[in-house]
Amino acid sequence: MARRIFIAIIVLVAAGLLGWFVFSTNTHSSRYAVKLGLDLAGGTELVYNIDTSKVTSDVGGALSSLQEVIDRRVNLFGVAEPLVQVEYANPASGQTQNRLLIDLPGVTNLQAATTAIGQTPTLDFKLQATTTTVAATPVTVNGKTTLEINPASSTPQYTDTGLTGAYLKSASLQFSNGSGSTVSNSPVVIVNFNDAGAALFQKITSENVGRTLGIFLDGQLIESPVIQEAIPGGTAQISGHFTPAQARSLVENLNYGALPVPIALASSNTVGPTLGTAALHAGLVAGVIGFLMVALFMIIWYRVPGVVATIALVIYLIVTVAVIKIVPITLTASGIAGLIISLGIAVDANVLIFERMKEELQSGKAPHEAAHIGFGRAWPAIRDGHLTMFVSGLILFWLGTSIVQGFALVFSIGVLTSLLSAVFISRLFLFAILPEKPSSLWRFLTGSGMHF
Amino acid sequence: MFIIRFRTFFFWLTGLILVASVASIFIFGLPLSIDFTGGSLVEVSYTNPRPDLATITKDLAPLNLGPVSLLDSGANNVTLRSRTLTPVEHAEVVTALSEQGTAPLTELQFNSIGPSLGSELATKSLYALLAVVAFIVLYIAWAFRSVPKPVPGWGYGIVVVVMLAIDLIVPTGFYAALCHYTGAQVDSLFVVAILALLGYCVNDVIVIFDRIRENLTKNDHARVQEEFTTTVGRSIDETMTRSINTALTVALALLALIFLGPAATKDFALVMLVGVVIGTFSSVCRSAPLLIPLADYFAKKEHEEKSGSKKSGKSKK
Repeated sequence: MARRIFIAIIVLVAAGLLGWFVFSTNTHSSRYAVKLGLDLAGGTELVYNIDTSKVTSDVGGALSSLQEVIDRRVNLFGVAEPLVQVEYANPASGQTQNRLLIDLPGVTNLQAATTAIGQTPTLDFKLQATTTTVAATPVTVNGKTTLEINPASSTPQYTDTGLTGAYLKSASLQFSNGSGSTVSNSPVVIVNFNDAGAALFQKITSENVGRTLGIFLDGQLIESPVIQEAIPGGTAQISGHFTPAQARSLVENLNYGALPVPIALASSNTVGPTLGTAALHAGLVAGVIGFLMVALFMIIWYRVPGVVATIALVIYLIVTVAVIKIVPITLTASGIAGLIISLGIAVDANVLIFERMKEELQSGKAPHEAAHIGFGRAWPAIRDGHLTMFVSGLILFWLGTSIVQGFALVFSIGVLTSLLSAVFISRLFLFAILPEKPSSLWRFLTGSGMHF
Repeated sequence: MFIIRFRTFFFWLTGLILVASVASIFIFGLPLSIDFTGGSLVEVSYTNPRPDLATITKDLAPLNLGPVSLLDSGANNVTLRSRTLTPVEHAEVVTALSEQGTAPLTELQFNSIGPSLGSELATKSLYALLAVVAFIVLYIAWAFRSVPKPVPGWGYGIVVVVMLAIDLIVPTGFYAALCHYTGAQVDSLFVVAILALLGYCVNDVIVIFDRIRENLTKNDHARVQEEFTTTVGRSIDETMTRSINTALTVALALLALIFLGPAATKDFALVMLVGVVIGTFSSVCRSAPLLIPLADYFAKKEHEEKSGSKKSGKSKK
């Protein structure tokens, strides 16, 4: 008896600490704040179909490099905690195509997002303007007009040459031999133009010896070499002080043109921040009120076991939320639905046990013994019910669409925790407080409903 | 033994509810949302009282969107449904909805799904549902494999599936009527509600079947001869309080969700509530009418086999 009370106190303290963890980590800055789905937090979800029909050999490699490229672009777009994942085709679940899922929390400008993600890296060769064409604006000060050099022209102006990445045949990575201005063994990107590009490149270089040719990647100047002589053959060397990794990814990007495999927007879902916040708030209020009503009912109907069940349910909630926070699982509206149903299942497990206990009490057994038999009798039903629901949840998670998966994951975890709460925690507390000997007071306290 | 005594009545009552639900599904139909058909949904909230829907329709006409449905919702919200929009078209639609910026608004949500993806989601949901049902039959058949006669384990599995089918058809019929009168649509969330109900109802049926299993085994050990009908009736009575109390607690949580919860899950909770009530009714009132004919069938078959063996040779007693 004393040992049971001791263990019960330890469990209570542990649950209290876990509860403190759950409540103290709700601020946005916390690592363990609940990750809310886009439907609750606001943001944009994009689903792209991936066209792998033209990939003959390494489909997996193409998909993972696609993911890398998109990852980089999304990061450039400046989103906090984006999610980029490839959803592989699975004939068993009826999904015929590989898909790319992109979650952009907080982003509501759909057009800007799709442009940033769908854009192809651009390579431009531009000539630096000669000093005579430096932009200058006439400024009139005190009736005297002076020609003032435009502040913007302190950074050199460039004019398009018409030579772009579209003329590219291939790109490759080499390591410099140390000639010219390059440091020995630094990575350089070799760009090979196609015939038209080679002709254009030769024309540009022959006509502009001594001028600076700017090489732009995605609109940003990465190198500005001075043309020493006309370059035939259609090969350019870019040595923009890359790290080997940067140079390699540039070569990949250039070679794949844009993306390793073409993608097409299949669906998009944008939820504004107001709708999400309102939904979350209403969900929390409903959850708290619903829980209080359930607890009240349990305590009024089942008395002392009802109080025990309520404590077990609070611990159940704390553990479930802690798991959601630590894993972490992204909570969506359907996930909240899963939580509510699994709460109902957890209540049911307790109800089953107490009803069985009541039958034993009515047959004149002492509370302690009645509880013991009650747990034993309720176990097969609890086991079969929980096992069926848990495996159903796993099947849904495996085969379901993302909204179904959100439900299935929380539901499965909830069912597991429910088993823990009913079988371990309720049992522990009941045995810790129930006396060994029957008495009329305890008969009332452990009775239920209309029986006095 | 109330349920057993009136089991013919409950059998017909079930039939009536089932016919009404199926009729509702066929008469009203189940309007599929863009989740399954593909298309776009734009919901905006106007800062000031919303403009006339006719005015908006006129503004949208030049965009050439094909058939467009406009619905007013909430205080100042408008929901637009149309074919799948590209991001550019979406921007144009929002501009048109704001009457070129004169009617300030906030966009609450935009959801756009390609037609092929939509039909795939429907197939996927169906496959998942079938896989779960298949698992449940197999598990129940296995868990009840050593139940004493008259009904073999897989008999329970089949009864569970029949009951689950009824449990899911009734709320679906209810939802068809709800869609007809409120303009709701069958979306992914409805599928989630049906799945959640599946989980709840299976648990509910298992509890009663578990009691039948236990009582049959107890009788078997004590060598008590009891009519199968009596055992079933007793098991249902013994689990009645539990069935009602559990349904009541889940109903309380769902009522909170209906009256206080987010607008998006209101229909979800309503479907769940109907399903929980029906599910409880189903496991309490329908397991007997379904199990007893099955038991009679197996008893008769066994009897025939015995008498067959009697004719062929000498029996033991």
